Amino acid sequence: MLSRRNPQLNVHGELIHLLSIEGLPRAVLTQILDTAGTFLSVNDRDVKKVPLLRGKSVFNLFFENSTRTRTTFEIAAKRLSADVLNLDINKSSTTKGESLLDTIANLSAMHADMFVVRHSESGAPYLIAEHCAPHVHVVNAGDGRHQHPTQGLLDMYTIRHFKKDFSQLTVAVVGDIVHSRVARSDIHALTTLGVPEIRAVGPKTLVPGDLAGMGVRVCHDMAEGIRGADVVIMLRLQNERMSGAMLPSAGEFYKSYGLTPGKLALAKADAIVMHPGPINRGVEIASAVADGSHSVILPQVTFGIAVRMAVMSTIAGNQA
Amino acid sequence: MKILISNGRVVDPASGRDETADVMIASGRIVGIGGGGDFNAERVIDASGLVVAPGLVDLAARLREPGQEHSGMLESELAAAAAGGVTSLVCLPDTDPVLDEPGLVEMLKFRARKLSRCRLFPLGALTRKLEGRSLTEMAELTEAGCVGFSQVDVALTDTQVLLRALQYASTFGHAVWLRPQDAWLGTGVAAQGALATRLGLAGVPVAAETIALQTIFELVRATKARVHICRLSSAAGVALLRAAKAEGLPVTADVSINSLHLTDIDIGYFNADMRLTPPLRQAADRDALRAALADGTIDALVSDHNPVDEDMKNLPFGEAEPGATGLELLLSLALRWGADAGLPLGTALARVTRDPVRVLGDAIGSLASSAGRLVEGGVADVCVFDPRAEWALTPEQLVSQGRHTPFTFSSTGMMLPGRVHATLVAGTIAYELA
Repeated sequence: MLSRRNPQLNVHGELIHLLSIEGLPRAVLTQILDTAGTFLSVNDRDVKKVPLLRGKSVFNLFFENSTRTRTTFEIAAKRLSADVLNLDINKSSTTKGESLLDTIANLSAMHADMFVVRHSESGAPYLIAEHCAPHVHVVNAGDGRHQHPTQGLLDMYTIRHFKKDFSQLTVAVVGDIVHSRVARSDIHALTTLGVPEIRAVGPKTLVPGDLAGMGVRVCHDMAEGIRGADVVIMLRLQNERMSGAMLPSAGEFYKSYGLTPGKLALAKADAIVMHPGPINRGVEIASAVADGSHSVILPQVTFGIAVRMAVMSTIAGNQA
Repeated sequence: MKILISNGRVVDPASGRDETADVMIASGRIVGIGGGGDFNAERVIDASGLVVAPGLVDLAARLREPGQEHSGMLESELAAAAAGGVTSLVCLPDTDPVLDEPGLVEMLKFRARKLSRCRLFPLGALTRKLEGRSLTEMAELTEAGCVGFSQVDVALTDTQVLLRALQYASTFGHAVWLRPQDAWLGTGVAAQGALATRLGLAGVPVAAETIALQTIFELVRATKARVHICRLSSAAGVALLRAAKAEGLPVTADVSINSLHLTDIDIGYFNADMRLTPPLRQAADRDALRAALADGTIDALVSDHNPVDEDMKNLPFGEAEPGATGLELLLSLALRWGADAGLPLGTALARVTRDPVRVLGDAIGSLASSAGRLVEGGVADVCVFDPRAEWALTPEQLVSQGRHTPFTFSSTGMMLPGRVHATLVAGTIAYELA
């Protein structure tokens, strides 16, 4: 079998698209985190702009709604001095029967330089990256259950900020892992950065056994899952999964896997608690924990802007 | 027309013949195999260095007519069959409209006969509109030319209807062709496993196949109906089939060229050419399928030809239409499998000639005794190919209207052995390599 080249890297191994954390060399990943560190200070300045993407057009293509993620990408692009266009594709072209690739071809003809893509189907950004003009860069802002690589990177930035070193950590990822693109990105990033113990915690319907193939320890018991953890990443439980064949009820999920102060006491005393947002208080996390001293949920949001600036400026500087 | 195929290596799996000889053809039939010195042929095909084999018999090909002409047409797909050395094929009833009316079947048969590229044996729908509620008129459909009855990929969820269908079909000796897939567990887009988990693709567990097989075998036990299992995909499925055959149940089975050669790893970075039904499974499954085809537990190798329109493949993996073009690859992939498994040429060819004809049995009437074989007095359905030719497939080489296949050199790096030089159907040249 031919090993097809990783489509997000050019022949020099430089990042030209960000499609997935999987297959990203550790050096590239670390470089993005370092770059994000330099942008963090930009966000504290009075004039929050650098001219790195001046004259470039960034198109936010959201085939699936997400005001929050789109906003953070928009802020990041604007702080890099790019022109930003937000396209909510759900409401425009696909309802008129235009195909995904026709939409991309049309937007490319408007001289887009970068597409930030969110889509409900796993792998959609790969299709776009394969078919867009060679000078156009693609950032995956979440595809189906597959990946949400900028979230993964900002989570790594957050962990590095608070814990400094990855090589001794125990990280627990809790909740609906099977449907979570955030979990997949986090797991790949954590393994790439050398975290020795990654636990995937949840019931068998949401945490299937073959996740072990991704290098995690599968735990169905919450106490076992978070005992001694340095980092606890809680995932959002989607409304449509709160009752049905996956779970009987949100209440029962909270009882077994919701992060309460009592359960958090099993983790290390200096453990940090993370969540990609938006939070379901009283479903996956208690308010006392979300707002408590271990929570770094709001710093995650702040770091997210800097990380997305780092991603966009990095790929824009590399040629296909 | 009198045709002489001279000096080829004549390989006939049915009789075990494997020798250099001339094949003499007149009035659509083989009139002699041996020395053709005094045969006064109007046309001579020099087969020196080539293999002269029976025309291939493919038990699963969608032609996409009627109703899906944007993906394939009778003319284009039967030309593809001829280019692939396929002289008889079984087409599936999930067209639009569904093949549940004798008139539609007669129309297809008539048009195929006019094109005279390949013999066409339609499967009729087992239930009206494939809706799984009421039986089709099996006697009428059989008279119109159907060789069996199938639900194709529409799982029959109502076991009461399935039981009745098997009882009714067995009353009249009709074969029922079923692809084993549980309707609910079978809703994913890739085989359940590490790859699907990693890529975030909804998985189809092996249990989707084994549960359906258990149900089918239990009902065959009760009804003694003749059932052909279509497109087996898993090692666990092979084990169940092997046990069912050992028990003496009247079942046969096939595997597709895709499941025989590929695994889910080939999906790579969401390559929609690998979006197939049944989904590609893991290496252990592929190895079990290869072994079962070698020992005859699986009776036949099929192309599972399903041309798909460009627009329906240029979509995210999960939204892309399943299917791949295969008619023109059946010979090469049979040869490739045979060579990999260290089998004699005759054994590899048997799975695409003699054995599929055995699966069809009496349903094809008098052809049962001469299709898929080279026999004096039998129909002259012949495939002449160069066994030493190796080729790298590109989509542009395909005759089929569908240009999507997993076996392009650029996606698998696989060289394909065997090149068809000529295909004869009923003594008429249906294809000749330019």
